[in-house]
Amino acid sequence: MSNPLVDMSKPDTIFCIGTNMTECHPVAATGIKKAVARGAKLIVADPRRIHLAEMAELYLPLRVGTDVALLLGMAHVIARDGLVDEAFVAERTRDAEEFLEHVEAFTPEWAEGICGVPAADIETAARWYAEADKGAIYYTLGITEHICGVDNVQSLCNLALMTGNIGREGTGINPMRGQNNIQGAGDAGALPNNYTGFQPVTDPENQAKFAKAYGHAVDLEKGMTKVTALELCGDAIRAMLIDGENTVVTDPDRKHCEHALRSLDHLVVIDIFLTETGKLADVVLPATAWAETDGVCTNTERRVQRLRAAVPPQGEARPDWWIVSEIAKRCGIPGFDYTSAQEVFDELCSLSATYNGLDWETIDRGEYQWPVPFKGHPGTPILHQGEFVNGRGLFKRIEYRDPAETVSEEYPVWLTTGRRLQSYHSRTQTGRSSGIDYLLPAETLEVHPDDVAAWGLVDGGRCRLSSPRGAVEITVRATRRSPRGTVFTSFSFDDTPVNFLTGSGYDPVTQTAELKVCPVRVEPLPERVSTSG
Amino acid sequence: MTTHDHRTAEDAEALTARLTLDGVEVPFAPGETLLEVSRRHRKDVPTLCYDPRLDPFGGCRLCVVELEGSRNPVASCARAAEDGMVVRTTSETLEGYRKTLVEMVCSENRQVDVDPLSGYASQELRELADRYEARTGRFEGKRSGRSKQDDDNPFILRDYDQCISCYRCVRVCAEQEGDYAISVKGRGFDTQITVEFDGLLKDSACTFCGQCVQTCPTGALADRKALRHVDTPGEIEKTRTICTYCGVGCSVDVLTKGDTMVGVQPAMDGPANVGALCIKGQFAYDFVQHEERLKTPLVRGDDGELHPTTWEVALDKAAEGFVKARDEHGRHSIYAIASGRAPHEAAYTTQKFIRAGFWSNHVDNCSRA
Repeated sequence: MSNPLVDMSKPDTIFCIGTNMTECHPVAATGIKKAVARGAKLIVADPRRIHLAEMAELYLPLRVGTDVALLLGMAHVIARDGLVDEAFVAERTRDAEEFLEHVEAFTPEWAEGICGVPAADIETAARWYAEADKGAIYYTLGITEHICGVDNVQSLCNLALMTGNIGREGTGINPMRGQNNIQGAGDAGALPNNYTGFQPVTDPENQAKFAKAYGHAVDLEKGMTKVTALELCGDAIRAMLIDGENTVVTDPDRKHCEHALRSLDHLVVIDIFLTETGKLADVVLPATAWAETDGVCTNTERRVQRLRAAVPPQGEARPDWWIVSEIAKRCGIPGFDYTSAQEVFDELCSLSATYNGLDWETIDRGEYQWPVPFKGHPGTPILHQGEFVNGRGLFKRIEYRDPAETVSEEYPVWLTTGRRLQSYHSRTQTGRSSGIDYLLPAETLEVHPDDVAAWGLVDGGRCRLSSPRGAVEITVRATRRSPRGTVFTSFSFDDTPVNFLTGSGYDPVTQTAELKVCPVRVEPLPERVSTSG
Repeated sequence: MTTHDHRTAEDAEALTARLTLDGVEVPFAPGETLLEVSRRHRKDVPTLCYDPRLDPFGGCRLCVVELEGSRNPVASCARAAEDGMVVRTTSETLEGYRKTLVEMVCSENRQVDVDPLSGYASQELRELADRYEARTGRFEGKRSGRSKQDDDNPFILRDYDQCISCYRCVRVCAEQEGDYAISVKGRGFDTQITVEFDGLLKDSACTFCGQCVQTCPTGALADRKALRHVDTPGEIEKTRTICTYCGVGCSVDVLTKGDTMVGVQPAMDGPANVGALCIKGQFAYDFVQHEERLKTPLVRGDDGELHPTTWEVALDKAAEGFVKARDEHGRHSIYAIASGRAPHEAAYTTQKFIRAGFWSNHVDNCSRA
């Protein structure tokens, strides 16, 4: 997030797109609820009529995968109606002229033809966002899990740059991170293109810096992404270490993923339970869980916070850093003689420009949001104040592209996937917490009531959901949260492994999977529909 | 020109506004209430319906103070400080009022002494009853609130026999959580905290975030999961950490008795959440000590099955596989995926394993799916 969580109650106009925040980030959503209670305008763009949409003053029900069209339409209106923040654009951006010319072609009527949102509502949304003194954008995986995820994000950046809604309190471009330390995993350097602190591996200076720290020069070439690595298992990739990820359940195209992991010569999985992924491993190592582990995590607003152990580990479980270090030592790799999490974290800080001002003691009370470039620096709650990291903000000329697969006669229904309030990812944790089943005992497929009737389904009955990659059986739930022609389910329950279906395409830049769009066929299961007459 | 020229008129007022608090002149900031000024100066003004995160309510009247020029004592939580006010936070009369009020409140409830596992604020009435020696039984009689015994949800006990109608649950649900699930029906002794259609929480707008439980000062709304551990031996200890679920990073206190996790409470001073949690952070913690936890290393045997083994054997086998892959297929044949769920130290050592060990950048985390 460019701005801190406390800013969420401050904007005049809030634009939420591709975020089911009240279910996936409920505590953050309380800030938006406060802003709305205070009189802020809330615009929500989402294919599903989620709770956030019910709260909105303006709801934009776009078709799945058409965000770029909607956002181009909004940019067109802002340019056409003279709502561009000229001073901001002149002082802080580049390539504005070409961009403003580029958007001339994308009228709201053109956008309506693709995304299905009425042109008049696109105009209103553009005006409310552009005219706000403080306009803020919030998004989640509904923006990024597309073949055009990068384009979607760039399109949002274009809107913020046009209107100067960045670098100030109550504004910004704010992705909400989904896992407790997914930000921290990137910060720590677990990326194929960056060392710790987002230092590019392709920069010879960084190579020299880490050659000194690690005792040997690392390749100047980027590594492959996880997606590519899974493609090449059994071929170029022969041995893999997976820490704390239930890859076969959470990743797209489960059949492909299971096959990939089975093709390895050697798979080591570190986890707290014997997950579906662990069952494929040659060696499974028990890690300490949350509340058993001392360490550090970084939240979605870049706040670096301490995790503290409250109870002793179960059985012989050991901290992840200890396990990885012991394997490394046995492989003869130097530099793994750590005796505590603190030593590991302090080394990370010493090598990261964004963490240089931090250490284990400094972050004790969670006061700092990175970058904290030197000791005594107060941290950076708001990014891009005064100047962007790379100097000027770049406008990008984006074009709309269809999803990797579009609906057809054979697969005529859009499936979009997501999460639910009461469960978390593959339910490794929430599925083993007592009481959760009381509220969410099983997964369902959300279908518009008119589609339930039109497709010969029964509310509460079973159906088969199929894509070119596989099929799952699931219980139908009639709800107006789903629009006509689009169905929704989560990937949480192992008895409805929806990721057997997904995996139609990947963003060419980030290789993020298009989990939000998957054409499917929905058929009633004959033995259950006999009662429907 | 002075360095103070940029100050606004409001700031300037803040520098000059003063009131007299128990005989001492003190400054205050615009908008501060008499209770806030008093607490800032460490005056022990009692409250029951007060939660610093919520709008002033003025229901319990325990925070009354004497204000010169005012015929009756005023509720300090609901009265804004003004320049020149003369305020007394304690006197024999005030303490007499307060004792009577606490005696009346205590008379409403089946019991004053509730288990601290009930919730974060659950000891407030008990502490006031101790402070004012209010267990006198002077007002035994009529009571308001009937427990909702048919709500068998596993998270929130609705023991309204213990309710004192402070409305903190109603207000926290509306003002902090923004769900407006809790409401009130009736007045006086007929007052009943309820939800829509008098039904079950699961059929209402309630999201089971637990904020009502944590602000309840009497245990009328209580943490049913934590209360399973009333008889678990040991003192309750609290360890401050960060929630394990989404990326918001809410601060929580993990409650333990000995080596057993018995509950979670939100940190009221957590920088990301200020006392708020959701159902997952509040109630989905017992996976940690679940019987299915992986307790020993496992290694695949010649029979194709995974078998428990020692750390030495498992680590040797883990390392051997990577060394063999490197020797037979080159250093680029090894790949690692770091966790977005484990701490920094896990991700850092994982990437260092690849970079320092195999000099490649073949490492990623789970953010692409």
